[in-house]
Amino acid sequence: MVPLSYYLLLSGILFACGVAGFLIKRNIITIFMSIELMLNGVNLSFVAFAAHWQALSGQVFVFFVMVVAAAEAAVGLAIIIAVQRTRETLNVDQVNLLKL
Amino acid sequence: MLHLVLFLIFGAVCIAGAINLLVQRHPINSALSLVVVMGSLAVEYLLLGAEFVAAVQVIVYAGAVMVLFVFVIMLLNAGEEEETRGSRVAILFGIPGLTIGSVLLAWVLIARSGTDAVTLGALPGSPRSIAQLLFKDFLLPFEVTSVLVLIAIMGAVVLAARPEAVEHTKKEG
Repeated sequence: MVPLSYYLLLSGILFACGVAGFLIKRNIITIFMSIELMLNGVNLSFVAFAAHWQALSGQVFVFFVMVVAAAEAAVGLAIIIAVQRTRETLNVDQVNLLKL
Repeated sequence: MLHLVLFLIFGAVCIAGAINLLVQRHPINSALSLVVVMGSLAVEYLLLGAEFVAAVQVIVYAGAVMVLFVFVIMLLNAGEEEETRGSRVAILFGIPGLTIGSVLLAWVLIARSGTDAVTLGALPGSPRSIAQLLFKDFLLPFEVTSVLVLIAIMGAVVLAARPEAVEHTKKEG
């Protein structure tokens, strides 16, 4: 049997990697992938707690998180395409104005 | 015992993928290591007895979302990222902060963890029981997410469309 704390530890490590990538990376697409990594870490702790408390609602929450993440990926990647089209760069340091 | 071994193996693969995502400089390599992370997370979900979530993880995350990412990377012809002053500052402060944070987290989780364990296969995480919950207790949130997805689709189309194309449709409509 795997203790709950192991799952939480893995989830925390994944979330920390996501935060680190969000801060370190300068490519806007990689930053977006770091956000997905954070969402995955949270999902893992949701499922682990659902198994721990024998409550299925945790898994339904994961489903909702996935739906929101998919919607966010679609809109975010469209925004990235628009940014690349207007500024011709993917580096966030050069995207420092809301208006061109 | 087998569960623990599987958990450790796929947890290690997961963490290695996450770290590889940070280390790689080319976005396509980062995207592929994210696929590895999501695939091994699906195995972790299976170990927790969450069959439906594991299947959705593979289909939606590792399938649809990552294909979208790879598509955009190839469409925009994204190359290696260049290091700037900002990223060096982030590394300087980020790595000590990350170390302190993860050590604290590990200490809290290991010191406070009792003998309670996740019993595997005990949870009825089959699609049937999830569906009963989803379409009875969570029916309203489910319908609201469908509206959300619809709005996201329209937003993505409007945002990604070329400005000339939008002007063209405005004139015709």
